[in-house]
Amino acid sequence: MAFLEVKEIYKSFGKTDVLRGISFSLEEGQVLSIIGSSGNGKTTLLRCLNYLEFADSGTVTLNGKLISDGKVLKSLKESQIRENRLHFGLVFQSFNLFPQYTALQNVNLALSLMEKERAKKGVEPLYDEPSIEVAKKLLIKVGLEDKMDLYPCQLSGGQCQRVAIARAMALKPSVLCFDEPTSALDPELTGEVLRVIKELKESEGITMIIVTHEMSFAKNVSDKVLFMVDGIVEEMGAPVEVFDNPKSDKLKAFLQGINEK
Amino acid sequence: MEEFVDVSLRLLEGFSSSVIIFVFTLIFAIPLGLLIAFCSMSKFAPLRIVSRTIVWVLRGTPLMLQIFVIFYLPGLLKLFVWPAMNTGWAWFDKTISTRLIAALVAFSINYAAYFSEIFRGGIEGIPKGQMEAGEVLGMTKPQIFFKVILMQVVKRIIPPMSNEIITLIKDTSLANVISVLELIFWAQTFMLEGLIWPLFYAGAFYLVFVGALTLFFNWVEKKLSYYKV
Repeated sequence: MAFLEVKEIYKSFGKTDVLRGISFSLEEGQVLSIIGSSGNGKTTLLRCLNYLEFADSGTVTLNGKLISDGKVLKSLKESQIRENRLHFGLVFQSFNLFPQYTALQNVNLALSLMEKERAKKGVEPLYDEPSIEVAKKLLIKVGLEDKMDLYPCQLSGGQCQRVAIARAMALKPSVLCFDEPTSALDPELTGEVLRVIKELKESEGITMIIVTHEMSFAKNVSDKVLFMVDGIVEEMGAPVEVFDNPKSDKLKAFLQGINEK
Repeated sequence: MEEFVDVSLRLLEGFSSSVIIFVFTLIFAIPLGLLIAFCSMSKFAPLRIVSRTIVWVLRGTPLMLQIFVIFYLPGLLKLFVWPAMNTGWAWFDKTISTRLIAALVAFSINYAAYFSEIFRGGIEGIPKGQMEAGEVLGMTKPQIFFKVILMQVVKRIIPPMSNEIITLIKDTSLANVISVLELIFWAQTFMLEGLIWPLFYAGAFYLVFVGALTLFFNWVEKKLSYYKV
């Protein structure tokens, strides 16, 4: 069994079926890119994995452990949901940094609260060192050692997104999800964020799921590419196959449309 | 000169009552307003409807009327409707303190209604992404509210709150209608004795107080200008 198994995820909003049976699997340390036009359910899929939406049915299994089953999701207690969602991290398109905190405080906030709670419950801490030191190291890792004490409004979009990545990493998620991490950025700032994501794969071996419109990046960094149309997996495979040898007509048309731009 | 000292002391005494109403109304109305705001945002429809109806009534009728109702209604009920009613403490006893308390109750619930709408607007105006960012980081709902949302709400609501708070010190003059011995009461007393200038003198009290409040809120806004929401 693969590290992450997602099976038959269905989700509808009212009468609109957004996800119509999404299945895929991912090995530890692998990167999956999800591509496709806007409005085809890519973001909803990530939101379901992170419990921001509840899937109507379908299962998510991580490391052999069933962590999400659409049938029982709605009856779960909030504490159980909190525990389950920590397996996943999410980096938002619009960063969603906390504006009243510095970069360092943004990374440290949730981690320090978590460590306090673990100490209270007698669970061993996530890290051996104090959370603030962890936060500093993470910010150094994303190249922001000289910006730690600045507030989000003093940072560029690319810097904000790198803080958001460090913040998501702090809680040691098993799978880190990115929802169009560069779509809200000026073109000249996308490079620094994509570089950080690539470094995370190479140096940390983090399992990642990336929804993106950056095709060359997807081709370059992924182990697997998933092309989504109308809430179903239209085509999935290694990047070379998907990009250089597309089989489905819809994928061919999609790739051609992008090349023409 | 003796007259000036006499007027000053009386007005100062009246103004102290005004300030007491002002301070205690803020102490009671802010938490109460927060509670009403949460009820107005509740997913439980009956609670939400009751809460919004209360806000509608409190904002939809004059504060002066509410002061009358709070001060006179228990006594009137006892007198004409239900003689056996135990009004707790004697509402009709004409001491200054019961009048002040009645005014305080009326001011607190009336201002709580206004504050609740400011709080509700402030909370609902925070982008949903802030809440979601806290959630995916495994924070609990109370943690998200107190550590993430609250300070952003505070920053957003300072301009409308300073407006309401400035209005409040001037509204304290309405307590005059149940003969609370506040600032206008004394100015009026002098006016009936033929002295006109104490009226303007009383106005100066409000002006200075509002000036101080304005400086205070400017200072708070400046203090919070290090982040944008």
